[in-house]
Amino acid sequence: MSKKTPDFVSTTNACKLCRPLGAVLAFRGVAGAVPYLHGSQGCATYMRRYIISHFNEPIDIASSSLGEKNAIYGGGANLKMGLKNVTAKYRPELIGIATTCLTETIGDDLHQLLGEYRREFLAGDQSDPLLVRVSTPSYAGSHMEGFHGAVRALVEQLVDADAAEAGLATDKEQAGPVINLLPGLVSPADLRLLKEIMAEFQLSATILPDISETLDGPALDDYPLIPQGGTEICAIRRMGRAEASIEFGRTLPEPLSAAGWLASKHGVECHRLGLPLGLRETDRFLALLADLTNTGPLAAGARLRDSQLRDSRSSLPPFQAAARGRLLDAMVDGHKYLAGKQAVVYGEEDLVVGLVSLLAECGVRTVLCASGGKSGKLAAAVKEVAADLLPELPEVEEDCDFFDIAARARQLKPDLLIGHSKGYSLARELGIPLIRVGFPIHDRLGGQRILHLGYQGAQQLFDTIVNTVIARKQDDSPVGYSYM
Amino acid sequence: MEATALEARQKQIWCKDDNPMVMDCDKDSLAGAVSQRACVFCGSRVVLYPIADALHLVHGPIGCAVYTWDIRGALSSGPELHRLSFSTDMQERDVIFGGEKKLYRALVELIDRHAPAAAFVYSTCIVGIIGDDLEAVCRQVSAEKGIPVLPVQSEGFKGNKRAGYQAACLAMRRLVGTGDTAGISPYSINILGDFNLAGELWLIRDYFARMGVEVVANITGDGRVADIQRAHGAALNVVQCSGATMDLATMMKEDFGIPVIKVSYFGIEDMAAALYAVADFFKQEPAIMARTKELVREELATLLPELEQYRRDLQGKKAAIYVGGAFKAFSLVKAFRTIGMEVVMVGSQTGTAEDYQELADITDPGTIIVDDSNPLELASFLRDKKVDLFVGGVKERPIAYKLGVAFCDHNHERKEILAGFAGMLNFAREVHASVMSPIWRLLPRRAA
Ligand code: SF4
Ligand code: SF4
Repeated sequence: MSKKTPDFVSTTNACKLCRPLGAVLAFRGVAGAVPYLHGSQGCATYMRRYIISHFNEPIDIASSSLGEKNAIYGGGANLKMGLKNVTAKYRPELIGIATTCLTETIGDDLHQLLGEYRREFLAGDQSDPLLVRVSTPSYAGSHMEGFHGAVRALVEQLVDADAAEAGLATDKEQAGPVINLLPGLVSPADLRLLKEIMAEFQLSATILPDISETLDGPALDDYPLIPQGGTEICAIRRMGRAEASIEFGRTLPEPLSAAGWLASKHGVECHRLGLPLGLRETDRFLALLADLTNTGPLAAGARLRDSQLRDSRSSLPPFQAAARGRLLDAMVDGHKYLAGKQAVVYGEEDLVVGLVSLLAECGVRTVLCASGGKSGKLAAAVKEVAADLLPELPEVEEDCDFFDIAARARQLKPDLLIGHSKGYSLARELGIPLIRVGFPIHDRLGGQRILHLGYQGAQQLFDTIVNTVIARKQDDSPVGYSYM
Repeated sequence: MEATALEARQKQIWCKDDNPMVMDCDKDSLAGAVSQRACVFCGSRVVLYPIADALHLVHGPIGCAVYTWDIRGALSSGPELHRLSFSTDMQERDVIFGGEKKLYRALVELIDRHAPAAAFVYSTCIVGIIGDDLEAVCRQVSAEKGIPVLPVQSEGFKGNKRAGYQAACLAMRRLVGTGDTAGISPYSINILGDFNLAGELWLIRDYFARMGVEVVANITGDGRVADIQRAHGAALNVVQCSGATMDLATMMKEDFGIPVIKVSYFGIEDMAAALYAVADFFKQEPAIMARTKELVREELATLLPELEQYRRDLQGKKAAIYVGGAFKAFSLVKAFRTIGMEVVMVGSQTGTAEDYQELADITDPGTIIVDDSNPLELASFLRDKKVDLFVGGVKERPIAYKLGVAFCDHNHERKEILAGFAGMLNFAREVHASVMSPIWRLLPRRAA
């Protein structure tokens, strides 16, 4: 659990990003929203660059562009001018405002400033954009805290306060029962799969946030003011009336849990699962969906017809059952190539947990799990998903950077490195392959189309991993076998 | 155009016509306008980053350091310390109680670990607010470790990138003049303002070597601390790019009386002019000019016929330019002429009034000139002017691609040499590769 190098105070090649970046990604997943940073110009521009380099999509992040005077006297005036200008130009339905280290340090009170702004500049009617704010000082959390914080802020500030009573019955009849799905930071490809899965279970879902289109859009003939897609605001408003919430993230801190808030404030049943990555984590997710469909309060309305069930033991819809079967079959076909292989896995904590789980299932031993995050929950989560399959639990390091990871990896001599593209220099140094997953992928095309989740995602990752190992063996072989 | 530009920005956009140019620039970015600009820190980091044997420690929260980790293609022929991202990763307690102790410990630790020739310590926004005394910490560590430890006053909010260039130059000024200048040739120069992207500096150095001119210090491409320390021994400062290192050249003129010439290495005309200007400066040694003429002749003899094939295809295509500093835009306008293309829009993040006047002088009527633009404006220019190719950096790329416009990366991330004579050919090749792709004909913009 502890940092391998506890005496070091400097950070070299961080394994985390700054907090507002996560908030920006979450806000980008809301329909009609423009992300806005209350801070100086540099932060917004750097984050745009960073995000663009992964998604190859435009992402406009507005900024208060604070200058020296504002830093001394407060950024209120610039905030208001910025919001006015963004509203005039983008005509957004919502502006997602995240603070930065600078405005947190000078102590700008967003709540108060936005109250003033509303009084001074907004008409108080439909034409006003909604203003959602989140506090994201990077000196107290990484991009994942920023991401979850923004999701929670959206829910806290948008879900109708009085909806619990008023209009509950009528609304339910109109819209049908809905599940809230809070997936965390996953790829557009993952989100598209999650939608398919929900549809197969005949569940309507509000997925928040949804970057599946906003950060993986089509070629256009006009530059969109705001890209198509994202979670509809009216759907967010209704989240307090959902049947249940499913939130991915075994390490997600409770105070940042949107599902937790919906449970405590609106009595929406909360199901916290790990990212459905690998066979068994996906099983758990789909079992829950089956439960919600067949035995839950939705049963009457949305029970799967018997013919759609494969057998009595499996409550999976046919496509999922087939995908699961193929995955298992493939894992059998490939198990020998991976036997005894060792991996170092790094990145966001919940992604690491899912990857360790998948790797354990296919016989790869993770020797080191590393993250720049520090939830304090990583070791326990890793144990939970993989202990029964692994002869020995991996070392787990939270709050570490690539200096720490490299130092350990040199001793552990793994066969594979698995994580985002910032591990490339280490993979190169160690002379081992890097399997690219998660965010960011800055040295390959199509990071947003990497599928991680579900049986399909596990299948793709498995194929990639096993073929990487086989290719390495083939290239290194003096014979050069042309068969496996 | 009016529809997409905010009223407060109208004065920073000008369309060349018969009237004299009136244009605002050098203003703080408009709040909420999604400027393409970065910050003071970014400017300092760009300039100092290529000094490969120095430690570059970013004092601040993690983001400022992490976004500048190995993102520029500034190559080194030796040490590669500059490719690592060092940060103090300030936490809440540092913000509350001050970050000086942490900075001190981080510096000592990193200097012990890497034994750098010098250390640069960058100040970021919140450091400026909480008031850490960088100067004092740097002085103490410098005394203890016996290497120069230089504070860079680059708080992000204290202006734009240009202020960052100046902060970087002020830090380097402390190095210049501290080294031994024995043995430096009277025909010697410093190369300022080339960052050795993709190895460009090596190409330029080769030209000067062929001319018989000694290069004392590269500032800062493939830079070394010891070279900068003896840079005052050079006879001439050859400065590329209007903003980045001009301040240092001016300081060196004040401090050591070293004359300055401004050059550009992009495009045939400017590249040749740069070499001739240096040769002319050393006219007491006529052999240099003779060798320079020979060099240019040789290079052009191979280059021009090769360029011709690209020019045939590209003739009459329209280009738009949006770059950080305006000086690069001048060269690009000329380079596009060389390959037969027409520039219909040109802008920069941080140009000055003189820069824009010069752009107005060298461009054709109807050309849009813009200062500190943003995605919506740029997209509307691309569309209205029916642009075939956009030149810019990473942030401009998705704007072009989304609209189905070809793109050429002319920023710090590029991996192709675009400077020098060989660079002109690469430039033509890259422009050609993108403009002539069949993909554009399949996209909505053309299909419509
Ligand atoms: S100041 Fe904070 S918000 Fe801005 S880039 Fe740095 S870490 Fe991120
Ligand atoms: S905090 Fe300041 S120095 Fe850092 S990126 Fe933002 S504007 Fe630049």
